[in-house]
Amino acid sequence: MLAEPLFIVLSTAAVIGALGMLISRNPVAGALWLILTLFCVAGLYLTLSAEFIAVVQVLVYAGAIMVLFLFVIMLLNLGSLPLMEKMDWKKGLAFALCLIVLTQLVFVVATGLEMLPAETGIAADAGSASTIAKSLFTRHMLEFEVIGVLLLVATVGAVMLAKRNFV
Amino acid sequence: MGADRAILLIVLLPAAGAVLNGLLPLFWPQLRRSEALIGTIGTAVIAVPFVLAVTLFLQGFSEPEVVPFYTWMGAGDFSVSVAYRIDHLSLIMTLVVTGVGALIHLYSIGYMHGDRSFWKFFAYLNLFIFMMLNLVLADNLLVLFLGWEGVGLCSYLLIGFWYEDFKNSAAATKAFVMNRIGDFAFLLAMFILVREVGSLSFSAIFAGADQMSAGTLNAVVLLLFIGATGKSAQIPLFTWLPDAMAGPTPVSALIHAATMVTSGLYLLARMSSVVLMAPAVMAAIAVTGAVTALVAATIAIAQTDIKRVLAYSTVSQLGFMFMASGVGAFFVAIFHVVTHAFFKACLFLGSGSVIHGMHHVERKLRHEGYNGAFDPQDMRTMGGLKRFMPQTRLTYMIATLAISGIPLTAGFFSKDEILFKAFEFGYDGHAFAWFVWAVGIGTALLTAFYMTRSYMLTFEGTSRWPRAAAVHPHESPWTITGPLMVLASLSLAGGFIGLPKLAEKLGLSNWIHSYLASHGPVAEIAATAHVSTGMEIGLILLGSLVAVGGVWWAWRFFARHELAGDGHIRVRFGGLYRWWKRSYFWDEFYGKVAVKPVIDGAEKALAPLDSAVVDGLVNAVARMALRTSSMVRHLQTGVVQAYALAIVLGVVVLIALMAG
Amino acid sequence: MEVALSWYLTLSAVLFVIGVAGVLFRSNLIVILMSVELMLNAANVALVALSQSMGEVSGQVLVFFVMSVAAAEAAIGLAIVIAIFRNKLTVDINNINLFKW
Repeated sequence: MLAEPLFIVLSTAAVIGALGMLISRNPVAGALWLILTLFCVAGLYLTLSAEFIAVVQVLVYAGAIMVLFLFVIMLLNLGSLPLMEKMDWKKGLAFALCLIVLTQLVFVVATGLEMLPAETGIAADAGSASTIAKSLFTRHMLEFEVIGVLLLVATVGAVMLAKRNFV
Repeated sequence: MGADRAILLIVLLPAAGAVLNGLLPLFWPQLRRSEALIGTIGTAVIAVPFVLAVTLFLQGFSEPEVVPFYTWMGAGDFSVSVAYRIDHLSLIMTLVVTGVGALIHLYSIGYMHGDRSFWKFFAYLNLFIFMMLNLVLADNLLVLFLGWEGVGLCSYLLIGFWYEDFKNSAAATKAFVMNRIGDFAFLLAMFILVREVGSLSFSAIFAGADQMSAGTLNAVVLLLFIGATGKSAQIPLFTWLPDAMAGPTPVSALIHAATMVTSGLYLLARMSSVVLMAPAVMAAIAVTGAVTALVAATIAIAQTDIKRVLAYSTVSQLGFMFMASGVGAFFVAIFHVVTHAFFKACLFLGSGSVIHGMHHVERKLRHEGYNGAFDPQDMRTMGGLKRFMPQTRLTYMIATLAISGIPLTAGFFSKDEILFKAFEFGYDGHAFAWFVWAVGIGTALLTAFYMTRSYMLTFEGTSRWPRAAAVHPHESPWTITGPLMVLASLSLAGGFIGLPKLAEKLGLSNWIHSYLASHGPVAEIAATAHVSTGMEIGLILLGSLVAVGGVWWAWRFFARHELAGDGHIRVRFGGLYRWWKRSYFWDEFYGKVAVKPVIDGAEKALAPLDSAVVDGLVNAVARMALRTSSMVRHLQTGVVQAYALAIVLGVVVLIALMAG
Repeated sequence: MEVALSWYLTLSAVLFVIGVAGVLFRSNLIVILMSVELMLNAANVALVALSQSMGEVSGQVLVFFVMSVAAAEAAIGLAIVIAIFRNKLTVDINNINLFKW
C-alpha cells in the first residue's frame, strides 16, 4: 500500500531530473539533475526489492561515475552554454523521432505484456547479494572475469588517452 | 607390424622428408649448406620405406589388402576415401619406386654436390616419391589421380629446376601443358565412371564394368589410354619427354625413365580387367605403342645429345610396354617396366656420370683459357672415356647390352616376352598383332643399333674434346658409381623373374606371371591356339639374333668410322635422316597447328576485344564507383548527432517491424 | 509486486526517450555522455523490473554487467573528451568533425 505512492513520487522525481538534465544550460547543473534521477532509480530498485542492485546503483553511478563527470567538467572549466540554438529541420526531425519512439515503446508495453510469462511474485531473497552472487560466481563466472579484464583495459586506455603528450 | 601401419609409414616418410628438407632450410638458411644432413635425410626417408616394402613382400599375402584411412569427401551416395590398396601389383611398383628411388637419391648426393639449391632438389625429389607412392598404392581412381597430378607437378618443378635458363623453364611448361591434355581425358573417364558406376574405387569399377554398354566402356578405356599417352609419352603426346631432359640427370633417371612415365602402364594394368572388355581400343593401344616405338627408335639414331638419345629410347621402350598391354599381356608390360627401370636408370645415371666428368673437362678447359663452345652432353665431343671412367663405362655397357636384349640380360627376357605375346596374339587370329610383332622385331634391331652407337661414341675410340691430350675427366665418387653398380647387376640378373614359357620344360616357372597374373590382380587373355615349342624356340632365336646382330653391326660400324659413321648414315638415308634428326617435325607441326593459331587468334581477334570491351567494362565500373562515392560521401558530415539521428530512425523502423 | 509491471516499463521508456533527446539535441559532449548514462539506466530499470517479475536472477546479473560497462565507457569517454579539449579547446560537437569527408 506504500509502494504505489512511493513509485509515483520516485518516478516523477526521476523524470523531472532527467528533463532537468536535458534543458539545463550549465553542465554542472545538468550533472546534479542527473544525480537526482539516479538516486530516484535506486529508490525504484528498492521498491522492486532489488537491494543489491540499488546499493550498487548508488555506489557506482552516483558515487563514482557522476563524480568523474563533475570532476571533468570542473577540470575543463566550462562556462554556461548559450540557450538552445535555432530550430532547424534536423532538430524538428529529431523531436518527431523521439515522440515516435516513445509512442512505439508505450504501444509495445501496452500490447506486448501478455506475451510475458505469468508473474511469479517476488521471492523474499530475490534481490539479495547472496542470490546474485551465487549466479554470478557459478553460471556467469566467465563473463565476470571478462568484465574484470574489460575494466582493466578501460583503466589503462583512459590513462593513455588523458596523458598530456598522447595526441 | 601390421600392413596398415607399414603402408602409412611407407607413404608418409617421403612426405615427412619433403617437409623437413623443404621447410627447415627455407626458414633457416644456414642449414642449406649442410649437404650431408639433407642428403642423408632425403635418402633415408626413401630407403626405410624400401625396407618396409621388402618386409611386406617377404611376408607375402594372397588377398589384396585395402587400408582405408579417412573419408576424403562424401556427397549423398557418392563418397571417396583416402584408402590404399596393397596387392601384388602395387607392391611390385612400390618396390621399384622406393628401391630405384633410394639409389637415385644416393646418386644425387654426389651429382648435385655444390648446387645452390641442393635442399630444394631433395625436397622435390622426396615429394615426388610421396606422390608416386600415392599413385601406385591408391585404392580408387581419385587418389590415383591425386598422385598422378602430384608427380606431374614434381616433374614440372624438377625439369625447370635450373629455371634461370629460359630454355629449361620452357621445357617444364611444355611438359606440364602436354600432360594436362592427357589428364583432361583421364578426368573425363572418371566422370563417366562416376555416372555409370557411382563409385571410383577399383573393386566397384571392376564389379560394375560389365553392366556398362559397349560404347561407354570403349569410351572409358579410350579416355584412360589417352590419359596414359600423356603421362607415358606416346604418340601424339610424346614431344615433351625429350625436352624434359633439361632437368638434372637424376631427375631424368627417376622420373622420366624409371617411374613416372610408367604410370600410364600401371594405370592400364590396374584397370586390366576393364581394358580387356574393349578389344577395339586394345588394338589401338598396341598399334600406337608399336608406331611410337618405331618412330622414337629412328629418331634416336640421329641424336647427338647423349640424354636425348636416352629420352627417345625411353619413349621407344614405353612403346614396347604399350604393345604388351595392347595384346592383353599386362603382366609383361609391368615386367618390362621393372627391367626397364633397372637398365634405363643405369643408363641415365651413367650418362649423368659422363656429364659430370665432361663438366670437369669444361672447367679445366675454361681455366686454361679455352673460349670455344663446349656442350658437356654432346657425344660428338666425347669418345674414349673408357680410359678415364672405367666403372661408368662397365655399367653403361652392361645396361646397353641389357636394353639391346642380349640373351640372359634383363631386357632380353622382358622384350622377348613382349614379342612372343604379340606373336601369340596374332597366331590367335588378331591380324593387327602381326603388324605389332613385325614392328617390334624391327624396333628391337634399331634399339640394339642406336644404343650401341651411343656407347661407342661415348666410351670407345679417340677422345674428341679440345686439347684431349692434356685435359682428362676423372671417375665419379662412390655415391655415383655405387648406385650404378647395383643397377647394372640388376640389369644383368633382373630378367630371371620372368622366364619364358619354354623354361617350363626345365621345371622352372615364370615367377612374375604367377605373381601378378595367376595369383595377382592383373587380368590376362587366355590364349586359345597355343604356339608350338619349335616355333617358340625359333622366336627366341630370332630375338637373340636380332639383338646380337644389331649390337655387332653397330660395334663394327662405329669402331671403324667413329663419328664419321653418322655422316655415312645420313648419306645413305638422305631426306629420311633429316626427318629423324628433327624428330619428324612434330614440334613444328604442333607449332603450326596448335600454338600459332592460338597466338594469332589472340593477337588479332581477342586483343582489340580485350582493350575495348573488357577494359572498357572495368574502367566503367571504376568510374561508376568514383561518381557514386563522390555523391554519397556527403553523407559523411562528421557531425555525430546526424549519425545518431540515423540510428534512431533505424530504431523506429526496427521496432515497427518487430511489433507490427 | 504491488505496482504493475507496465508502470515500470513505461517509466523506463520515458527515461530512455529523454536520454535519446539529450543525445540528439545537446551539443555539449559531456552532456551527451550523461544522456547515454541515462539511457543505460532506463534499460536497467526495465531489466530489474522484468527480472523480479519473472523470478529470474539473471536479469539483475545483467544489470551488474551493464553498470560495469557503463563505468568503463564513462572513463574512456571522458578521457577522450579531455584529449579533444586539449587539442581544440572546445567540447561542442558541432566544432568537432574530424571525420568529415
